[in-house]
Amino acid sequence: MRGANLAALVIFVLLAATPWLAEFWGGSYLTSLVMKAMILGIAALSLDLLIGHAGMVSFGHAAFVGIGAYTTGIMITEGAPNLAHILPMTIAIAAAFALITGAISLRTSGVYFIMITLAFGQMVFFTMSSLSDYGGDDGLTLWERADAFGTGLFDSDTGLFYTILATLITVTLLLRRLIGSRFGRVLRAAKQNPTRVESMGYSVFAYRLTAYVIAGIIAALAGVLFANQAEFVSPATAAWQRSGDLIIMVVLGGMGLRHGALFGALAIVLLEEGLSTLTHDWRLIFGPMLVLMVLYTKGGIAGLLEKRGET
Amino acid sequence: MSTTLFLIQLLNGVQLGLLLFLISAGLTLVFGVMGFINLAHGVQYMIGAYLLVAFYSVTGHFMAAMLLAMLAALVIGLLLETFIFRHLYDRDHLDQVLVTFGIIIFLNQLVKVIWGATPLTLDPPEFLSGSFQLVEGLMYPTYRVAIIIAGLAIALLLWLLVTRTKLGMLVRAGSTNAEMVSALGVNIHRLFMIVFGFGAMLAGFAGALAAPIFSAEPGMGDDLLIVAFVVIIIGGIGSIRGAFIAAILVGLVDTLGRSMVTDILKLFMDASAANQIGPALASMAIYVLMAAVLFFKPTGLFPVRAAR
Repeated sequence: MRGANLAALVIFVLLAATPWLAEFWGGSYLTSLVMKAMILGIAALSLDLLIGHAGMVSFGHAAFVGIGAYTTGIMITEGAPNLAHILPMTIAIAAAFALITGAISLRTSGVYFIMITLAFGQMVFFTMSSLSDYGGDDGLTLWERADAFGTGLFDSDTGLFYTILATLITVTLLLRRLIGSRFGRVLRAAKQNPTRVESMGYSVFAYRLTAYVIAGIIAALAGVLFANQAEFVSPATAAWQRSGDLIIMVVLGGMGLRHGALFGALAIVLLEEGLSTLTHDWRLIFGPMLVLMVLYTKGGIAGLLEKRGET
Repeated sequence: MSTTLFLIQLLNGVQLGLLLFLISAGLTLVFGVMGFINLAHGVQYMIGAYLLVAFYSVTGHFMAAMLLAMLAALVIGLLLETFIFRHLYDRDHLDQVLVTFGIIIFLNQLVKVIWGATPLTLDPPEFLSGSFQLVEGLMYPTYRVAIIIAGLAIALLLWLLVTRTKLGMLVRAGSTNAEMVSALGVNIHRLFMIVFGFGAMLAGFAGALAAPIFSAEPGMGDDLLIVAFVVIIIGGIGSIRGAFIAAILVGLVDTLGRSMVTDILKLFMDASAANQIGPALASMAIYVLMAAVLFFKPTGLFPVRAAR
């Protein structure tokens, strides 16, 4: 078994055991931290489909997380807390937004693509800030979690925890299938040489747009989970710095490498948490660490594990 | 809206545009000549503001503090270039984004540790305080007029530098094809350093100019950095002329948008809805402008060359 797969297996086992471990150390603080990390992992995995495989560096991916979170928050506030309604609504809104903004963004490429996705992300951010009926700048506190198809699964932290873990595993497997399929190969080929793929008869635009919509929907689902876990949504969820965080996770974890985005998300969340227990000014350490990691490691965490596994 | 109010907003818009130009000029050159995305450029703006406050408290003289702040900003820019950014020119854009993001995180926190999280205020110098009568019944703060004049002067100076000197010629050639310039025997590393240091100094100057109006606070450069990116994308990466026109355009759209959108909306919808949507629409205006420009001209208004 290759290094990254082995590491991922260990991580999934550890994650599954977290609620049990938390009874001995960390308590509900540990479970909520791990839930946050897994949700970010889901969002980062979806971004990696774009950055790592399709070569589309989106700087506005947090907007989709925000869309999912706000759809959930607003529907719960308005008295429609059943996931049977929230999920289709979230998927429809995220898909429509991805379809429209993606179609416009894909007219550009390279740095211009980075900046136009940022622009759409900012539009979402400011729209959320203006929803004064739903908290405006201050955000919206949720007084209850969503109703998981009438089962009461989200009533306990443990239920929510395992739902998030199951989603993470499903997304991991789904993306792996997708990346290994013909669809994924066309995306990767178009990343290397779009002209050649175009001349072979594929519509590069259609493939990239499809990938953009899929990634957007997955990130929005992460947003639904986020709203339930935090029981609070705010425009900060969709801020450009959050999109930057997601990119960091993808790149540090290992772009386009198996489980890379998940490693990145877990590593960043744990690192932030660990450093902040050391000192209040943990950013003084985190910033230079980020600089050094990028300067001196190639292929991120997953890259290091792959090399270990081969020897 | 009355004509005087409109005129004042127009001037505010031009003033914001000129500040944006000072930041964007360095950003677009660094981007255009070296192909380097420098997210830390906004932090250099913040540092300029703090340096002015710091040197002012030491010297007690505004102009001396301004000069020292610019020099220090130049030195900091050159240090960053030598120790970090130089190693990133050949790397992927993503690596550049991450490293400069790390520098933002570090410097924002460092500023908080040194000067505290509360905003620092600073009065404009004696001879620039007070107001200025532009036309009958229109008073405008003298310091803001000074910013407009300083901004225009720098823009003119830059234009002369870029179009009339040998250095400017090399910079223009570099933003079209850096490898070719290097192949022709120009020390491209020295050129990069000069461009980078100069850009950092201009951003620091903009921050110092802005300090008496907006006060100095941690993270003040973050949002402005994004707006500066909007400017250089609209203008076309690497184009000083594009940056100037786009900066004024963005400054006007943003300032006039904030003061007028709500009133315009009230013309065709009820007041409470307009009050709710107006501010959001105004904050969004520049991003809508950028998306629209990119829709019709995917490489900006004044493309220097095809995007790479």
